Amino acid sequence: MEIADVSKEYMTGDGPLRALDKASLQVRDGEFVSIVGPSGCGKSTLMLITAGLVAPSSGSVRVGGAQVRAPYGDVGIVFQDATLYEWRRVLENVLLPVDIKKLPREKFRQRALELLELVGLQGFERKYPFELSGGMRQRVALCRALVHDPSLLLMDEPFGALDALSREQMNLELQSIWQGHRKTVLFITHSITEAVFLSDRVVVMSPRPARIGAILDINLPRPRSFDFAETPEFGRYAREIRGMFESWGVLRSGQKR
Amino acid sequence: MSPRTAAWLYPAATIVVILVAWELAARAGYFPRYILPSPSGIAARFAQMHALIFKESLFTLQETLLGFGLSVLIGIPLGMLLVSSHTFNRAVYPLLVASQVVPKIAIAPLFLVWFGFGMVSNVLITFLMAFFPIVIAAVVGLQATEIEKLYVARAAGASNFQLFWLVRLPNALPSIFGGMKVSITLAVVGALVGEFVAAEHGVGRLILSASGNMDTELLFAGIFALVVIGVVLFLVMEGLEKLALPWHISQRPFKELT
Repeated sequence: MEIADVSKEYMTGDGPLRALDKASLQVRDGEFVSIVGPSGCGKSTLMLITAGLVAPSSGSVRVGGAQVRAPYGDVGIVFQDATLYEWRRVLENVLLPVDIKKLPREKFRQRALELLELVGLQGFERKYPFELSGGMRQRVALCRALVHDPSLLLMDEPFGALDALSREQMNLELQSIWQGHRKTVLFITHSITEAVFLSDRVVVMSPRPARIGAILDINLPRPRSFDFAETPEFGRYAREIRGMFESWGVLRSGQKR
Repeated sequence: MSPRTAAWLYPAATIVVILVAWELAARAGYFPRYILPSPSGIAARFAQMHALIFKESLFTLQETLLGFGLSVLIGIPLGMLLVSSHTFNRAVYPLLVASQVVPKIAIAPLFLVWFGFGMVSNVLITFLMAFFPIVIAAVVGLQATEIEKLYVARAAGASNFQLFWLVRLPNALPSIFGGMKVSITLAVVGALVGEFVAAEHGVGRLILSASGNMDTELLFAGIFALVVIGVVLFLVMEGLEKLALPWHISQRPFKELT
């Protein structure tokens, strides 16, 4: 996947607002890339452009060699809110992309059940979303994003609304799913720890102008555990990213003001 | 006492108290029978005239259901159009709202001139009375779809039709059912208005002629028949809603805060 000089401007009452300024990024097949940055730095916009859901003002996105001009269906998407369809049972929610693409339900049913089992939701197929906890709903959303075996997985702060423990749990599960399936993942987050923990590379975005400030390679062995997040190597990456945010004024130390 | 028992026991007790008081007041002899007939007298008259009341009720029920059916068939697509076309919305929506300010009872004689006595006029009056809540409910429901829900479907390649059929419409159903429940009770009123203005049949006609004959017992019996029609229709709508929306928050047990 290749993002080349992508900019996005929105018209507002006070004139044009530049939500994203000349973002360029190449993602290899099977790579896990996180985008970390403060609110309003255009990271969600970049993701929507990547999926073809929003048109860039300038620049281009190529996925598998073809330029993205419209939604192309070969992506799975997970938002912060699970956005399950309340009127569909768990299994039917997972099968949504299958229905949209008019693929045979029978054939994909087995795969959907396997995915649900993978995230520990066997036995919940017939439940409605309102009967699930937040973490479970987010797991269903993840299964839904994977059921049609897309080559690209887009995640916009998928665990941002979960409590800290569920979040660690989901990070571990996502890591093992990713190691099993090797999808290309674009993962958007506010959390520096989460980004370093999961990624091959971390894209650090700066606010105003909303642009890519730095790209870090994370050379750490996998599978990673949260004990590992306490190690000096891990800490060095986290500090480096935090240092960038400090230099841009996103983070300020408490003492000097 | 279980909440289920309490749900019918309390109103039933209220009704019994009212009926007893009413019966006593009527029997005390302060009022002539044509002013205040006793509940037992009304019941006797109802039993005596039940064949006629049943026949006229069926007629009123038919008008109500036809008018309501028309409201659904026109109201929901109209709501869809209002949501999907900005131009149509701007051109029609304000007029639609304004049209609801016109007293519908005043329109009834006009329909009479246009469509003549009988079923057609009455069904149209019923429609006029009942369709507006459905349109509003459809518009509100269809507009309330979160953008992310649409993104998820679109990213998988959903067409506009699929977005509508798989996301917007099911998302709007709870609201639409809410509108239909309001509409069905208004439809009964609409049918009655039509019958008051001009009709040879129906409970409305029965009530008018009972009033003319000072047959107040029959008049009350007619009102009772209307109440039964209204309540039954409302309960049927609630049943349909339960069947259609087992997932919706309105179908879950009511949680009391302690």
